[in-house]
Amino acid sequence: MRNIASIARREFAAYFYSPIAYVFIVVFLLISGYMFFTQLLLNNQADMRPLFGLAPLLFCFFGPFITMRLFAEEKAQGTLEMLFALPVTDWQVVVGKFAAAMGLVAVMLGLTLPYAVFVGSRGSLDMGPVIGGYLGLFLMAGGYVAVGIMASAWTKEQIVAAIMGFFICFVLFLADKVLSVVPPVLAPVLQAISFDHHFQSISRGVIDTRDLLYYVSLIGICTLIAETSLESRRWR
Amino acid sequence: MAPTGGFYGQVFPFKERKAMSPMSEDRVTIRVDRMSKSYPGAKAPAVDQISFEVRSGEVLGFVGPNGAGKTTTMKILTSYLAPSGGRAEVCGFDVYEQSLEARKKIGYLPEDTPLYKGMTVYEYLEWVGHMRQLPTGTLRARIRQVAEQCAIAHRMGNLIGELSKGYRQRVGLAQAILHQPEVLILDEPTSGLDPNQIIEIRNVIKEFGRQKTVIFSTHILPEVQVTCTRVLAISDGKIVADAAPQELSRWLDKKRGMELVVELGGAVAEGRAAIEKVPGVQVVRPLSASEGGAAGMTGETPSRFLIATEVGTDPRGELSRAATQAGATLIELSSHTALEDVFRALTQSSVGGSAHA
Repeated sequence: MRNIASIARREFAAYFYSPIAYVFIVVFLLISGYMFFTQLLLNNQADMRPLFGLAPLLFCFFGPFITMRLFAEEKAQGTLEMLFALPVTDWQVVVGKFAAAMGLVAVMLGLTLPYAVFVGSRGSLDMGPVIGGYLGLFLMAGGYVAVGIMASAWTKEQIVAAIMGFFICFVLFLADKVLSVVPPVLAPVLQAISFDHHFQSISRGVIDTRDLLYYVSLIGICTLIAETSLESRRWR
Repeated sequence: MAPTGGFYGQVFPFKERKAMSPMSEDRVTIRVDRMSKSYPGAKAPAVDQISFEVRSGEVLGFVGPNGAGKTTTMKILTSYLAPSGGRAEVCGFDVYEQSLEARKKIGYLPEDTPLYKGMTVYEYLEWVGHMRQLPTGTLRARIRQVAEQCAIAHRMGNLIGELSKGYRQRVGLAQAILHQPEVLILDEPTSGLDPNQIIEIRNVIKEFGRQKTVIFSTHILPEVQVTCTRVLAISDGKIVADAAPQELSRWLDKKRGMELVVELGGAVAEGRAAIEKVPGVQVVRPLSASEGGAAGMTGETPSRFLIATEVGTDPRGELSRAATQAGATLIELSSHTALEDVFRALTQSSVGGSAHA
């Protein structure tokens, strides 16, 4: 546990050593702020739903991009060998890095809270859906981050990791957008694996166990694959 | 030639080694037993059934050409890779089965000193200490100690990425000895450093090796002579020599005859003529300028000579007597056998060996 915390703390701080974290945060706030305020100004509608509606697509980009360096950079610079000379398990490393990325996600999401406060000041804001929406958003972002970490564990090229991660996320995002063109048999399958589909009810403030289970198992599977990829160096 | 490799198919020497430091408790800290490692897709194994033991109080120099398997062996000892066959133990812990326990006993500095560039030196050492589970109080004291030992106390607030190569190397060494490990493993710790920095690193290694075990790999053979108590030469994944550095040059002298350097004064020409007649002396030739002699230079009479002797002879006493009797003075008489020669003999014979195998 102490190891996980040490790794997470170091990784989180590492985001802020370079401008990356700031760039991600600013871009994220610009896009989400644009979505939020156009809705407000055009429709005179103070609502969190446009933000929540766009989030699955936004995190298709942001998930893999904030995680691309986590393993790829360490492999390229050789620090991974140093890290694994310390008495840590591969699991602790994966979980610590996952936690660090989720810390950055929490900062990004936390900085959109003023929007919610603004909506609340303009009219009645139903707190339930907002809290549920944020929790769901965080969980969903966890799924994207886990995919990104998995991709980062596969390569030492950060940009390759980002593109692979983005590709997988985008496929999962698009899965339920193509329902009208696929055989009806496939529809439930595609819906079941779709990122967006599972976020629909959450964004309305409805927490369904199936949706939670989807994200939790996605996180579990991806981190397991990441761990296995790291472990593969020690296969006999 | 026997497929086991080595000069004449043998690993030199077979006789028992005694612990070099009388202070040491003589504990075996590293035990490698018929360990192999094959990389997927590679034709020959990178490490081929090597066995050796290292005790506390030993500084083991790990030498061999590039690609001989030095780094692979070190990566297995630090649990980064798993052996494909055989086993390796550090302080009694199997590096594969009990890798966490084994890793606790090891301090490691990989090649090219990969460190987190965005952290300050202090932050980095503190982080390593946390990962090594050192209690906070101990950690602070230890950071002070290693900072002094590695001469980085005045750089603690600097970002690692801004440090020079020499300082980065010292930080790497500091993190490796922070938890006072039983075994210190260093992959080419002195490559790319200037002579002063090399001496500093060497001193830390020697100091540390007095009670603990140090394994380090290097290309610089004179370094082995001054730093190590023992040399392990590896070539094509096989151990080709395992001996004290001094023994190695003596061994080559026995195998191919000695190479001596003689410097004469006074009646040089008479001295040379007398030397050539000494039994056991095969060739006498003046040393060229690049070898520290004066052969071929105009206006200079060559006074330094290289002498090759027959296998199994040691005519040094005869030489000095002959030169003096001929009226010359003997200014220098020394062995010319460099570790490089030993090394070349060992690795080339092994290449020949594998060609026959």
